[in-house]
Amino acid sequence: MVNQISPLEIERNAGNFAYPETHLHDAGVGLTEDTIHYISNIKEDPEWVREFRLNAYKTFLSKPMPTHWASKDLEAIVFENIRYYLSSGTQAKRSWEDVPDDVKRTFERLGIPEQERKFLAGVEAQFDSEAVYSNIKAAVGEQGVIFVGSTEGLKNHPEIFRKWFGKVIPTGDNKFSALNSAVFSGGSFIYVPPGVKVKHPLQAYFRINAENFGQFERTLIIVDEGAELTYMEGCTAPKFNTATLHSAVVELVALKGAKIQYITVQNWSANVFNLVPKRAIAHEEAEVKWIDCNIGSRLTMKYPGVVLKGRKARGEVLSIALASNGQHQDTGAKMVHAADETTSNIISKSISIGTGRATYRGLVHVPKHLKNCKNNTECDALLINANSRTDTYPAITVRGTGNSVQHEASVSQVSADQIFYMQQRGLTEAQAMSLSVNGFVNDLVRQFPMEYSVELKRLIELEMEGSVG
Amino acid sequence: MSNETAVLDDVMEIEAPQEHSAPAILSGIPEGRGDDLPGWFHARQEEAWTRFTSLPMPNRKDQAWRFSNVNALDLAPFFLGQAPDDDERREILARSSSLEQVAGRLIYADDFLLRRDPLPEALRNAGVILKPLERGLIEHEELFRKHFMAQPTPLGSLKFAALHEALVKSGTFIYVPRGVEVELPIEIFHWLNGENASVFPHTLLIADELSKVTVLEHFRSAHAGRRGFACGVNDLVVGRGAKVTYVCAQNWDESVLAIQMNATTAERDASALSLNVNLGGGYSRFESFSRLAGEGSRSDLLAIAVADGTQEFDARTLQDHASPHTTSDLLYKNSLSDRARTTFGGLIRVEPQAHFTDAYQTVRNILLSDDAEANSMPGLEILADNVKCSHGATSGQLNENEMFYLLARGIPASVARQLLVTGFLNEVVERLKHPAVTEYLEHAISEKLGRRPEFRP
Repeated sequence: MVNQISPLEIERNAGNFAYPETHLHDAGVGLTEDTIHYISNIKEDPEWVREFRLNAYKTFLSKPMPTHWASKDLEAIVFENIRYYLSSGTQAKRSWEDVPDDVKRTFERLGIPEQERKFLAGVEAQFDSEAVYSNIKAAVGEQGVIFVGSTEGLKNHPEIFRKWFGKVIPTGDNKFSALNSAVFSGGSFIYVPPGVKVKHPLQAYFRINAENFGQFERTLIIVDEGAELTYMEGCTAPKFNTATLHSAVVELVALKGAKIQYITVQNWSANVFNLVPKRAIAHEEAEVKWIDCNIGSRLTMKYPGVVLKGRKARGEVLSIALASNGQHQDTGAKMVHAADETTSNIISKSISIGTGRATYRGLVHVPKHLKNCKNNTECDALLINANSRTDTYPAITVRGTGNSVQHEASVSQVSADQIFYMQQRGLTEAQAMSLSVNGFVNDLVRQFPMEYSVELKRLIELEMEGSVG
Repeated sequence: MSNETAVLDDVMEIEAPQEHSAPAILSGIPEGRGDDLPGWFHARQEEAWTRFTSLPMPNRKDQAWRFSNVNALDLAPFFLGQAPDDDERREILARSSSLEQVAGRLIYADDFLLRRDPLPEALRNAGVILKPLERGLIEHEELFRKHFMAQPTPLGSLKFAALHEALVKSGTFIYVPRGVEVELPIEIFHWLNGENASVFPHTLLIADELSKVTVLEHFRSAHAGRRGFACGVNDLVVGRGAKVTYVCAQNWDESVLAIQMNATTAERDASALSLNVNLGGGYSRFESFSRLAGEGSRSDLLAIAVADGTQEFDARTLQDHASPHTTSDLLYKNSLSDRARTTFGGLIRVEPQAHFTDAYQTVRNILLSDDAEANSMPGLEILADNVKCSHGATSGQLNENEMFYLLARGIPASVARQLLVTGFLNEVVERLKHPAVTEYLEHAISEKLGRRPEFRP
């Protein structure tokens, strides 16, 4: 019965709008050494950053596209047609009143409700390349927490920034980390001093608002010994005719006993290539948890990783992917165990709708002479329509005795019996589908912060609304 | 093979041909090799050689060779096998025993047929064919041409498939006609004998509608510590409603480089079961491509590897569901000691039309030493809906509670360890419904485990 339902279309109109662009700086289309000098000049980069960018550019040119294992769709990216830098030229704003009106309107449509700001410790919203709005509650600043844009971070806090920048994800890690290293602008830099527990989540919204414009933000978060932080990132972009590229790099460092929770809700419009290397280093007894939810984009390739560097470190990835018509969500996780007694947990749930394709790609590595390392991986896939597709490609390496690794995956569809049962009790087919799909992801969604789990449930309901006549 | 003129139906031993110097395999198809073969086959071998030379050697960036030690694939040292001398023949024949009762038996050394025990008369009269490959291709040309290496090689070894096709010289051709059941197993021995010899064993099994047959193939080395290269193919064509069981007992010497390629096609309601027991070889790769072509077909893929020393076992599988209502079930288990490595790369592929598929894939590794390494890549690609698919991969060690339980009952630690590892591996072997074959395999496994110091009392 499930087969007959027409492919479901996500409600995208909420993000499908654009305001006139008033960019003061524009690096033009295409990427050459001149583009990099242009970006460096505008941003008044220190000399080491300029050199870093130029070296990264060379690495980018020398690296092949990873099409020997990844989707051939990557070949649709034409690097010459992308704008690598745009800026409204305004300084980062500290108070809401200073934010230009049209930008404010954009955010309103995105649904950052005013009252929500009361609960959020700070809002760092990125409009195109530069942070246009940045606000940290006084209390957090007083605790010594640094929450600024990456440009401000590398200029004003070089002693912390340089120590970790590019260390978790080296420039040469892959073609897209090299690209980001060459042209990065925007993104957040956060430092939490030892023992400071940031009670409210820090939050940043990202948004692409210029046709053919790639967004290359760079986020570096360092949480010092015994400190705790939750960071949230949500994305949505207006629809454009030609494909857009988003290639950020996110690096996290959790020092001894620190805890980081990094939450992403990705809802780019369906023409965006979203290629984002994300990795964390967890030192002794530190905990890093990635909560990654991918709903939008044309092709997402994102495998948040944790390098478990210190004894008893713990890494976790919770991943939800929703692949609708024409979308490919190629997501997963990487867990590299590098010390004794480290544990990692990966739970991935994906839903494929219409011609959507959801892929789990994972890597678990336990090298030799480690003791009592544990990994648990669970991947569940739900197929809604007859032409939906799901794949699972894990790679697991275990050496030596004393470690245990398990991987499990299952694929299923919404059971016809369940739908029949609910319809018999007066629910419409769409309501029944929605309930069923929400039930499938419920145990994961419950682990999300409240406002995100509400948003997610609403998104799934929206999706199901269009599912039957 | 030119002296292959005796009446087929007698037990016979084949005389050794004259000596001549052994050419290296990389120098190509030797002069005069195809003279006694039909022109079409010779042309095919020439074409395959051209293909072999034009294809690149595998490298680790290739997903199909991820984690593989591709440096082990140096073919330069190997020569085409020569006929064994009389003493060697006698010794090899004396050692070619495993089951007491078989339907028929073929024994090869360095690709030379040494002995053939024909099928019983009743089966011959029923139309069952068991012949060396080079006779099958002449006497049953149509059937042979239809099925000989007719399946694609999707798991990475295109180059080695071409090499096999170019240099294959002997092997086994089996045909079971409609409705005929061969109760006892057909047994095939392939021996590596000469110094740096290479063999290209080929088994082509065609089971017609509603027939039933079991084949047990042995791979062994005549001399301990003697290097060699084996590049084999075993293709199973399972017709409508037919049941085929194929067992491979691979026990090459630990210095041998071995690559084995399999393609199994299951037609409507057919059922295929393959069991690969991998004990020997230095680098041993096994590719198994199982295609569920007909509605209601079923394929069971079973394998175990007992890896020690510096052995590397590299298994690649594809369960390809091309029709609705098909089932496949894979269970691979590895035990690893010393510095051994195993790699499992498996994929369940459910094609868009293959609704109501049941597909399972389970890989379990037990690591018994600190330097052993197990790599698992269990994959799923599902393009249909209404499917039940799952896969699981685990890597761990002996269960402490189970060890404690056995120790508490006065069983010495070494014996307890062997019991647990044997129990772990035998779960796979016991899926086989041939008590005699199961018993033989369990014996071969415990013999290898028994050589290890940690299992000795």
